[in-house]
Amino acid sequence: MNRSGPPVPVVRLRDAGLSFGNRTLWKNLDLDINAGEFLAVLGPNGSGKTSFLKVLLGLQPLSGGTVTINGRNVQRGSKDIGYIPQQKSFSPGTPLRGRDLVGLGVDGDRWGLRLRRKPVQRRVDRLLEQVGATSYADEPVGLLSGGELQRLRAAQALATNPDLLLCDEPLLSLDLHHQQAISSLIERRCHDDGSAVVFVTHEINPVIEYVDRVLYLAGGQFRTGTPAEVLRSDVLSEMYGSRVEVLRSHGRIVVLGIPDATTHQHGESEGDLGPA
Amino acid sequence: MDLRSFFDAVFDFSDYGELLPLVSNSIWAAAILGLVGGLIGTFVLMRDLAFAVHGIAELSFAGASFALLIGVNVVVGSLAGSVAAAVLLAVMGLRARDRNSIIGVIMPFGLGLGILFLGLYEGRSANKFGLLTGQIVAVDTVQLNLLAGVAAVVIAALLFIWRPLTFASADPDLAEARGVPVRVLSVVFMFLLGLSVALSIQVVGALLVLSLLITPAAAALLVTSSPRLVVFLSVLFALASSVGGILLALGGRIPISPYVTTVSFAIYLVCRVIRRLRGGHRHRQLSANTATAA
Repeated sequence: MNRSGPPVPVVRLRDAGLSFGNRTLWKNLDLDINAGEFLAVLGPNGSGKTSFLKVLLGLQPLSGGTVTINGRNVQRGSKDIGYIPQQKSFSPGTPLRGRDLVGLGVDGDRWGLRLRRKPVQRRVDRLLEQVGATSYADEPVGLLSGGELQRLRAAQALATNPDLLLCDEPLLSLDLHHQQAISSLIERRCHDDGSAVVFVTHEINPVIEYVDRVLYLAGGQFRTGTPAEVLRSDVLSEMYGSRVEVLRSHGRIVVLGIPDATTHQHGESEGDLGPA
Repeated sequence: MDLRSFFDAVFDFSDYGELLPLVSNSIWAAAILGLVGGLIGTFVLMRDLAFAVHGIAELSFAGASFALLIGVNVVVGSLAGSVAAAVLLAVMGLRARDRNSIIGVIMPFGLGLGILFLGLYEGRSANKFGLLTGQIVAVDTVQLNLLAGVAAVVIAALLFIWRPLTFASADPDLAEARGVPVRVLSVVFMFLLGLSVALSIQVVGALLVLSLLITPAAAALLVTSSPRLVVFLSVLFALASSVGGILLALGGRIPISPYVTTVSFAIYLVCRVIRRLRGGHRHRQLSANTATAA
């Protein structure tokens, strides 16, 4: 253990709260996310999971409290952050190949034309190799499968060598094989390279063995802790205000009895933290 | 009309050498517009704005006919009309579905206004027809300079916002997360699109603007997905259509636009055939299936 001083957490939230109108998604949230920590954000639709990511991305201001990343206030477009969105396919006519998509992650936010191409090409090639996407790098993005696209998304997110990786349901609508490939990519980035990972999901089982801590949002409240501490019948029952059953079987977790979410305002797709 | 007189009307290359210098202004204008159309067309397709281009063109037509009626520069009138329409769309119709209904509302109104102004206009009737279907043979040096100036502004601005605009057009969610000012870019792009539509109207008229702003880029997309090659081919196709159209039209008695639209359509057809011969999507899907099976 390096004892040269207390480590600065990658993300620090203090007394943070978020509400829309008179509806409070969460409040009084104190949370530190450290380098190399894998945090899963769970909760029903409309509980503010995606908004939590938007706060960290600087796209959504807090209603109260503070949030810092690497000790600085959040800032839109920070190079400290990589972002993997939900899988969404491109229209077949999109004039981009796989490598161009990754290239946008490298310098797509800069003005003007790309004048020096060689350094960018080398960087893109390395990133493609890192995520195992070299074989289809020259295919049009509109023809790639969901799993192939998510590998490119991972490469795109790693382009700035971020300290914090934000993932918004990155496994949604992928087959099991690709779910494993993508989640282990993210896990390696977290535990081998020391990035902090915030992984928003409604289904914890595909990443259960990687998760260090859970942030569970529901009913205007939150709980944090290890999966064993939070994913318990009594904890979730208290949050939902009704009987919720958490069952464990062969290392997998099944939650029964979650009341239907009443709001869908974040455009999340359907499905609660539920059976696999 | 028999076949012979049809061909006499459509193609007549006698005195070609003497005609050419007389229309050098028009050829320059066509080249400028081809360049602008080819460049902006790829973004129009990426942003799914083909219908918007059509709507902007009708308002541009209204502006141009109003200018004709009150006796000011037609290019200025058409610029004013299309920029107003484009910015209106940019502000009101951020979502595609809203945008399409707004365009559907604006378009007939613009066309109606234009016809009203033309109905009140008592000058040469060729001028009236030209606004709808193209009139480039009449480009004078003042107009050419105006066209070139506006085109230079559009091209310079496009080059400056090229990368973030590509990012925001193809991948808006991620671009926003990376700090690209997606909304500002969308308004700026609509403004530039308005300028480009107004320019293209001077060549092919309000009804046929799509042949310079959409068809070349759509044809390019059929044969490649490399962003650089798409832009290069799109510009090349647009130039071939606009300049080629004029060169073919010189001797005939009919307006220029059918030549432009036909060349541009022919290029599109050729690209479709090339794509079909290469196997298009099916080839890729087949190789993807074998890859997952392996």
